[in-house]
Amino acid sequence: MMDSAQTLHDCRDAFVSSLQDAATQDHRIVAVCNDSVGSSKLAGFREQWPDRLVNVGIAEQNMVGVGAGLANGGMIPFVCAASCFLTGRALEQIKADVAYSEANVKLCGISAGMAYGELGPTHHSIEDFAWTRVLPGIIIIAPADPVETRGAVQFAAQHTGPVFLRLSRVGVPELFDAGHPFTPGKADVLRDGDALTIIANGTLTHRAMHAAELLSRAGVEARVLNMATVSPMDVDAIVAAASDTGAILTCEEHSVHGGLGSAIAEVVVQQHPVPMKILGVPGIFAPTGSANFLLDEFGMSPDGIQQAGLSLVQRKH
Amino acid sequence: MPSDAHTLDETARQIRLLDLEAVFRAGAGHIGGEMSAIDILTALYFHTLNIDPTEPARADRDRFILSKGHTACALYATLAMRGFFDTAELSTFLQPHSALNGHPNRVKVPGVETNTGCLGHGLPIAVGMAKAAKIAGEKWRVFVLCGDGELQEGSNWEAAMAASQFKLDNLTLIVDHNRLQQGATLIDTNDIAPITDKFSAFGWASRTIDGHDILSICNALDASQVEPEHPTCIVANTFKGQGISFMKDRVEWHHKVPSRDQYEQARRELEVNT
Ligand SMILES: Cc1ncc(C[n+]2csc(CCOP(=O)(O)OP(=O)(O)O)c2C)c(N)n1
Ligand SMILES: [Mg+2]
Repeated sequence: MMDSAQTLHDCRDAFVSSLQDAATQDHRIVAVCNDSVGSSKLAGFREQWPDRLVNVGIAEQNMVGVGAGLANGGMIPFVCAASCFLTGRALEQIKADVAYSEANVKLCGISAGMAYGELGPTHHSIEDFAWTRVLPGIIIIAPADPVETRGAVQFAAQHTGPVFLRLSRVGVPELFDAGHPFTPGKADVLRDGDALTIIANGTLTHRAMHAAELLSRAGVEARVLNMATVSPMDVDAIVAAASDTGAILTCEEHSVHGGLGSAIAEVVVQQHPVPMKILGVPGIFAPTGSANFLLDEFGMSPDGIQQAGLSLVQRKH
Repeated sequence: MPSDAHTLDETARQIRLLDLEAVFRAGAGHIGGEMSAIDILTALYFHTLNIDPTEPARADRDRFILSKGHTACALYATLAMRGFFDTAELSTFLQPHSALNGHPNRVKVPGVETNTGCLGHGLPIAVGMAKAAKIAGEKWRVFVLCGDGELQEGSNWEAAMAASQFKLDNLTLIVDHNRLQQGATLIDTNDIAPITDKFSAFGWASRTIDGHDILSICNALDASQVEPEHPTCIVANTFKGQGISFMKDRVEWHHKVPSRDQYEQARRELEVNT
């Protein structure tokens, strides 16, 4: 389904290179991990600053607690682990030690969504928006390309307070120009249209753009919003989308329950009710398959998104 | 079940070949930790465990949990060899909609007791199983295989204390002590040594064995070795990649996939080693 002509990027590369740039600027930045130097691509960081790489071993609860302690000691810890174990295993530490304590910890969920594909539901992290979104005070960001990833890391390094960066390893094309500024809590209008709005983030944004092109060929013009920040929400952009286009289709590499679509629906039903469709993992443990296979399987190929858009438009009053 | 060394070694060799082929075909897997665990799995499934492949859910079966679930393919190959399903099914490993996922799923694969893949879950579940047998006054035993790096997870130590408190002498933990974890040696990451002394301090009967000597694994697992009222911890000294020269004791083979040339060479080595 992917456009084979496009160069695809593993956003972990932009993540580590901007983390290393930030660490060069700010000596308080440390990396914390769980035997995940390879999967978090921290080998270069370790080489440059062996003393600032804290590998606690396979112990995620300890890892997040240690991160909170490092923050208390004046460091700026980037706690890097597979998103499933970081958020699933250490959720209570994230709640009490990081969010409730307002600790200056940067949670970096690597290979989130279904990036681990065939390794299955233990390794899929399709619940992490839901789990972290209900915790007050954590800024949640799911960048869509390398440029946005870089902006998100720079923001996290400068902001005082908890941030959850939800990153993938699944290849995505570059969507933004190099100078594109990242503004937390603000959605980007990637394309305008009046028939419906498609809102996506992370690995789904480029699929949403592709779907909008297909819809356009069918005479249906869609607005496309890239909503990297899931908490706090860009309420104005959602209300504008509802009032200008009258229908909202959301797409995310996450369960349809509790994620981006749910967060948007909370705004829509309370402020400007319009028909909505939420695309995501449909409330099941995924079968065996690669990330891209599963996204297609769950109706999130560009064609699948287009079909969902066409039926949503039918429901407009 | 056969208990002579030659037959068991031959079975382990066949399982290694099946595992190698499945990982090569799928283009993914955790072959290093699979090779280190296969002699232990062979001892369990072809000697120790009281199980019946035709009735995998029989109430009085012995329970086994592969807590280091990333080495699922070794378990699949072992279960297939033991007759839980056809060895031909191994060719579906990791294919879309296959029952043979990268981590074992009890809902889809006969003989799997619980879904693993998140490290540090097996031992607490095993404590629950062993406690259930005690409450019910049943004789069946519970075995769990953990990685050595996996023991860094704190949940294991909570379970270790519970097992001792509950006097679970029907519980045996086997530690696949290959001294390597995902990205480095344990010594360079979080050295949990001395493992046997730690378990002894937690009230377990613990000992060290050669994890590639199948007969000594069988002997260590024998019911006669159990110390009444104490859970058993067996630290099995192993090598990641055991049986394949260029993989042996090399951390990068945690989840590397052999090239065609490497696959052919590994096959030749395993075929010669009869
Ligand atoms: C909770 C959790 N954290 C991290 C991982 C990722 N992971 C998979 S295998 C592995 C290394 C395991 O090392 P060890 O237990 O020694 O296994 P073995 O050497 O036998 O392969 C890691 C860190 C995981 N599966 N679960
Ligand atoms: Mg190990």
